[in-house]
Amino acid sequence: MEILVCARRVPDTSENEIQLNSAGNDIERDELVYSINEADNYAVEEALQIVARVGGTVTVATVGGEDDEEILRREMAMGANHGVLITDEAFIGSDGRGIATILKGFVQRGKYDLILTGIQAEDGGAQVGGMLAALLDYPFASLVNSIEVMDGKKLKVSREIEGGNKEINEIDLPCVLSIQTGINEPRYVGMKGIRQVASLPIPTCGAADLGVDASAVGETGAKVKRVDYFVPALGKGAEILHGGREENVDKVLELVTAKGGLK
Amino acid sequence: MVGIESASQVTPWLVTGRTLFLIIHVLGISCFAYIVARRMVPLLRAERDFRFDHPWLRLGRVLKFWLGQWKQPRYKLAGTLHIFIFAGFIVLAVRAFSVLIVGVSENFVMPGLAGRAGPIYDIITDYAATIVFFCMVIAVMRRLVFKPARYAVPARYGKAQTADAIFLLSLIAILMVADSLFAAAKAAAQSQPGQSIETLAAFSLPWILQKALASTSLPTLGRLYFGAYLVHELTFYFLLCYRPFGIQFHVETSLFNIYFAKLDREILKPVRWGVAEEHLDQVKSFGVKTFEDFTWKHILDFYSCADCGRCSDNCPANAVGRPLSPRFITVKARDYSFQHYPVVGRANNGTPLIGNKGSGNIYSADEIWSCTTCGACEAECPLLVEYIDKIVDLRRGMVDDGNVPQSLQKPLKALESRGNPYGKMEKKKADWANTKEFQQVCPVETVGKSNNADTLYFVDSITSYDDRMQSIGRATAKILNHVGENFGILGAAERDSGHEVRRFGEETLFMALRGHNVDAIKASGVQRIVTADPHAYNALKHDYKDVPPVEHISQLISREVKTGKIKFNPIENENSVYAYHDPCYLGRHNQIYDDPRDVLDAIPGLKRVEMTRSRDRSFCCGGGGLMLFYEPKEDQRMGVKRVQMAAEAGANVMVTACPFCMVNIEDAIKVAGLEGKMTAIDLAELVDQQIARERPGLKEKDAAESKECVVASSNTQ
Repeated sequence: MEILVCARRVPDTSENEIQLNSAGNDIERDELVYSINEADNYAVEEALQIVARVGGTVTVATVGGEDDEEILRREMAMGANHGVLITDEAFIGSDGRGIATILKGFVQRGKYDLILTGIQAEDGGAQVGGMLAALLDYPFASLVNSIEVMDGKKLKVSREIEGGNKEINEIDLPCVLSIQTGINEPRYVGMKGIRQVASLPIPTCGAADLGVDASAVGETGAKVKRVDYFVPALGKGAEILHGGREENVDKVLELVTAKGGLK
Repeated sequence: MVGIESASQVTPWLVTGRTLFLIIHVLGISCFAYIVARRMVPLLRAERDFRFDHPWLRLGRVLKFWLGQWKQPRYKLAGTLHIFIFAGFIVLAVRAFSVLIVGVSENFVMPGLAGRAGPIYDIITDYAATIVFFCMVIAVMRRLVFKPARYAVPARYGKAQTADAIFLLSLIAILMVADSLFAAAKAAAQSQPGQSIETLAAFSLPWILQKALASTSLPTLGRLYFGAYLVHELTFYFLLCYRPFGIQFHVETSLFNIYFAKLDREILKPVRWGVAEEHLDQVKSFGVKTFEDFTWKHILDFYSCADCGRCSDNCPANAVGRPLSPRFITVKARDYSFQHYPVVGRANNGTPLIGNKGSGNIYSADEIWSCTTCGACEAECPLLVEYIDKIVDLRRGMVDDGNVPQSLQKPLKALESRGNPYGKMEKKKADWANTKEFQQVCPVETVGKSNNADTLYFVDSITSYDDRMQSIGRATAKILNHVGENFGILGAAERDSGHEVRRFGEETLFMALRGHNVDAIKASGVQRIVTADPHAYNALKHDYKDVPPVEHISQLISREVKTGKIKFNPIENENSVYAYHDPCYLGRHNQIYDDPRDVLDAIPGLKRVEMTRSRDRSFCCGGGGLMLFYEPKEDQRMGVKRVQMAAEAGANVMVTACPFCMVNIEDAIKVAGLEGKMTAIDLAELVDQQIARERPGLKEKDAAESKECVVASSNTQ
């Protein structure tokens, strides 16, 4: 099975102290460290596990700049067969639909049976997977937390329903799936592995290669524009209970029940 | 020959004794040689290991640990029994050989035993056989009646070996009886009227048997003599050929295992012997994934284990119910070896050792991650079996395959991008020293900028970033300041020492961290390094190369107490009873046991007790570095056990000298419900708290000017 995973490089929330920049329109990016978007990493692991079971190749692609190569290498160290950097001046400032349009161009240039995306980027809006499927006119399943390959033409995928229930769907290939974190346990990528792929060339492709109309993407094509970015004011602090133990336990029970935590 | 025919001359059945015994000799020896040759096969297929250096040093260790049975008395009863059995075997070895030869050539006398030495030697061997016999009886009794807990085999590790142990012990007992009966029958025949009398050692087994046989007729004695000899012969060769199938193989292998044992235990095994670090990129696969990835010495370890259970008896992971028992790391590998390299049939190698799919999967990932590398098992093993290197090699293999628990992946990733497991910003590394109040009391500067510091205080990640442990950092800085040390820190340039990164098998990341630190240390131009973190200390001392000499703060304090630079105020709380907990990487791995104790004992009014488990039998608090992130499967925390030990010893203050011990012990005090009854303090914190700030020779006015803290300079003495 030929699998494409669309991945993205994001500031690692666990290793950064995210602060607003002085202009107040973005975060301070000077000392940030980046890594692959967590859900995308799960998607790559899932792709690798599918290929290990049924054969095929895994390609990881990202829309971005030179700096974003590092996540492609990381995923190649993990086991992905190919990494492709989709880059063009014209792509800068694309909104969700713009990214989906660019990826559509990339998908149509190749021959993929299955396209995976992470459920959402840590700094994104969970838009691309669905839009990409629609643009390609492919079936789409979101929030996927297990994949079973049926006969080569179909998949059985499951997703969790609010409240903990599970739903299983059959979906025709080719299709787009957005992958939920926790679908698997991604393997560790050691420094040795990264070093071994450090000098591999990463092919790039731009708007012309993909046949993407440059005016439909990038800042010019974007119909959704960020107008503000701020840290919300802290809400009221925690409520401290001052009574005796028994009293407090009763109060806690009452509060939790009132909020629907206990039935 | 007098009285009865010698065994070689008897013609029991079709052939003479001589021919019969010759056949048994040839069969026995060729059988043994064949088995040993087959046992060598995996050793030859295994990885390289350089153990051929320092022959004199190694021989010295053979004298100490093999002939001297150095570690045996750590277990009083079992150890004493073993020393007797071992000594008996050594004494009887010569006799066994001459007895075997006598079967073929009746007049053979061992060279050196022809003259007066002969009878003396005979008397000694009579006693030796007696002692070994009774030791076997006691050993069987222990196995059958007393059943020490450490011999038990938990169901998950397989079946109990009691039957096999008793079988082997009985065979040795039979060997001793046969040997004694052989001598007794001969002596009894000789002591009958008209014969010259051979004296047997009084009250020895042969002597008793001789007395019992005193009135037996000569022909019966002849048959007994021959029978005893035959039984001795058959038992001897059966044992010889059976031992390589089980735990008693150590009788043959222990000498070699101790000769080739690791000389520098504190230094971790390289990823691949014979491959320089700069060429590691060319090594395709790291660590141990299949059995053949072990080194030949490690396989020899598996053969040599006597299954005495002392490693696991001392293993903290085993004690708290983690799925790790060092004993079974070895036993399972030995079983694997015997199964996959059979004496008869083809070897089938190459199956992965870790996993839960095939029959070759003998270890689980959790088992291998459960080890804190505390070294208690290695400190105990009488045969010097190595464990830490094997665990680290197995982890290297798992890291190489990407098989790392999710709980460890985050800190490893953070170490890669930020140089610390917490993912904190590099620029905040010196925050612990940068509060205004502290800088007024004790300014701490970054080395290399404006100051020419001689000493580097290597802080390491936990002390830099953990709110609680920062107090250890500040106490350490104040002590350094007090003794007039011209010191500085690396600040943002300091990366994690990588001590646990290496011990968790991520060698390449460790090398990157080390490379960065070594460059920073060299650029700083310091002459020496001090740290308050035993893990950093161990890394800088043994894992790093080309860095200035490194000291743990307890060594420095101990020295300055002796020079008089550090004086203490007496302990005010009379109810405080202190117990010192030896951190594994200060104690067992670096033998720093006395310095911290000397410091404590120098504090006036400090009452100190020792825990039963102390010094090289210290009990790990739960592990440091990445082990803080790992989520082990366990019934109880190691730390909880440890604080209970301190409480049992009658202490209410636990002193340690390691920030990781502090994390584990403080947590454990809460978990054990000992809050208010037990507290923990770091040695540096205690010293800082008790230090008498007014130094002798300093006038009161000067002392007042210099406030709390005497500014570093060399002439204020």
